[in-house]
Amino acid sequence: MKPTETTDSSTSEIDASCRVPLLALFGGAALWLVVGLALSLAAIMTFHKPDLFADCPFLTYGRAQAAANDLLLYGFCIPAGLGVMLWIFARLSQAQLVLPLVPAVAANLWHLGVLIGTVAVLIGDSTGFAWLEFPRGSSVLLFAAFLLIAVSAVATFGARQKSELYPSHWFLLAALFWFPWIYSTANLFLTTHHPVRGVAQAAIDYWFANNLVFVWLALVGLGTAFYFLPKHAGRPLQSHYLALFAFWTLILFGTWCGIPQGAPLPAWMPAASAVAASLLIVPLIVIAVIACKTVCGANVSCKGGPFCYIKFGTAAFVLSALMLIAESCPRFSRVTEFTWFGPAQVQWQILGFFAIVMSGAIYEILPGVMGFALPFPKFVRVQHWLFMVGIVLWAGSLAVGGLEQGMRLDDPQGLFADSTHVALVFLRAGSTGLLFILLGSLLLAANIFAMTFRWKLALFKRMIAYIKSPLETGEVKS
Amino acid sequence: MKNGFSVFLAALVALGLSWCGFVLGSVKQLGTAKQESILNSSDTYPLQPTGNATLGLQVYRANGCAACHTEQVRQDGVVCDVVLTAAGKNPTVVSNLVSTLKLTGLTKDEADAASDKITDAGGKVEIQINATGVDIPRWGVRRSVAADYLYDNPVQLGSLRAGPDLANVGARFPDLNWQLVHLYAPQTVATNSAMPPFRFLFEVSKIGEAPSPDALKFPQGFAVPSGCEVVPLPEAKQLAAYLLSLKADAPLYEAPFTPVMTKP
Repeated sequence: MKPTETTDSSTSEIDASCRVPLLALFGGAALWLVVGLALSLAAIMTFHKPDLFADCPFLTYGRAQAAANDLLLYGFCIPAGLGVMLWIFARLSQAQLVLPLVPAVAANLWHLGVLIGTVAVLIGDSTGFAWLEFPRGSSVLLFAAFLLIAVSAVATFGARQKSELYPSHWFLLAALFWFPWIYSTANLFLTTHHPVRGVAQAAIDYWFANNLVFVWLALVGLGTAFYFLPKHAGRPLQSHYLALFAFWTLILFGTWCGIPQGAPLPAWMPAASAVAASLLIVPLIVIAVIACKTVCGANVSCKGGPFCYIKFGTAAFVLSALMLIAESCPRFSRVTEFTWFGPAQVQWQILGFFAIVMSGAIYEILPGVMGFALPFPKFVRVQHWLFMVGIVLWAGSLAVGGLEQGMRLDDPQGLFADSTHVALVFLRAGSTGLLFILLGSLLLAANIFAMTFRWKLALFKRMIAYIKSPLETGEVKS
Repeated sequence: MKNGFSVFLAALVALGLSWCGFVLGSVKQLGTAKQESILNSSDTYPLQPTGNATLGLQVYRANGCAACHTEQVRQDGVVCDVVLTAAGKNPTVVSNLVSTLKLTGLTKDEADAASDKITDAGGKVEIQINATGVDIPRWGVRRSVAADYLYDNPVQLGSLRAGPDLANVGARFPDLNWQLVHLYAPQTVATNSAMPPFRFLFEVSKIGEAPSPDALKFPQGFAVPSGCEVVPLPEAKQLAAYLLSLKADAPLYEAPFTPVMTKP
């Protein structure tokens, strides 16, 4: 199914209706991406010089690294994904965004929640659960903001002209439903005054983290890719039925992954995860086939533009899921468990897949939404290269370093110190990659903020003109 | 799928299944766990940590120690060793028999067979169970099980070993001063350590009329500014107490092993 688009004047009206909420979502997202990457870089500096933050509790590795990860996921990925989702829903419905002020307010609420949460983590007030570090006050804000944005998204979806659904619809709607369920479950079971006892906490946290970092990002990223790939390639998605099969198998199997093989849990849990992960190969092949059949031979060159971003991101997803499957394979996980291979997979998923797809989508969407061209169009191509090189260097070093570390950890005669020292070399090399990604994110932020500034300036000028104009006419009359 | 409701149903079914499994299942199976009895003993495990050890877990959480340290030990399986405890009435027969049998690294059945043979000959034996795996001699005596985390909130399993596993650190390094010095300046006691020092948990102060009883005792070669002493803040004492409380060394039904008896 190819998303058909009307070329009449209503397209620009639809785009314009998204302007205020999208700017609020993307602006904050870009800011958090820059801050998160900078914090990540600061955290990794501890491995260059261990006593760098010995007297500064706020930037000690455990805090800075957790805050950086949360900023990337909650600060960048989710608001950027929601913004793109709102726009895709409006376009697919061929209707203006319903209640545009609600997501605009909610976006600010969301960013406030991220700010509170990040500060809380840095001052040592984190909950201690991976990917759920933000304390309760911040989680409540995030949850409420998400629901508000979802209201507008669902209302826009309901206002669609044609009743038939596109593949993007399934993925994005499922994501809208996914987050409130997993986020409320995780918070109710883990961060209330009476959390579940003992190691059940870990099981729920594994379930939550996998459903957010793997499944949610996959749903939104693929939903976006399945909208833009056919649009750029100029042919329908190949095919509707394969996409339906991929959607079903992805949500059925993906949601069971994520329990590490060595976890001190009842044996059926890691076993169920291993089975689910091996079945995940099915949607993975189908997604790769869909992307290939849609894009290959389309004879459209991307020239470093948004199409390149989306293509790279889709391929990156396949690799990220393959890494996830490998981690769940008992023989392989013996070596990779407890090594940097796990963080490498997560960084690749967040930055290599999701951030790249989102950056491409934002560059594609913004000119239409704002009604004028990108202020720095050359940055698009430069950022794509910076991101690609940076993420390959960063996640690649972590993955190879993780394998080296794992092989030393798996050697009963080996010294533990060897395993950390061999990983240090790769970590230090990888931080160069992180620097590249940070530079790339600055370019994205520059484009978004320059556009916001230009728009606000135009608004301001119009306001001044409006204030002035009645006076002038009055003078003429007198 | 024709409408939004069918997408909703699809997501409900898929996520609902895994929710029932991993969330409801783990709460049902693990959420009501109680203390267990230690094998061949009337004691229960684990004991509820108290005082500084409980507070120390919060210091551990606040500073994100789990970013680099795991608290879980893996295990491949167990092997049985047959140990002769008394030769009985026919020592020569028994010792001849023992020299012909393989007595270490056996499965349970092999160990039973060997012990039967020796018992028939009049000797007395004991079967010892030992856990195996790369983690075992290094980090602990047996694998970690759910009971180890019964009183932890939040449970800090960790997922990365940028630093050593801490499941059993209280048994491996039982000295309080060692733990504190290691937190203040890790490289002085662990030469190859990549751990950042946590100096913000300590206070360097001028020695008053009498040195503080809490002041750290450093090994030879570590220079503290003259006339000064390093005193742990309450957080450091709590963290060290928590680390000392980490001892997963009780044999349990699901993770059996024979403890090494240290007789005085």
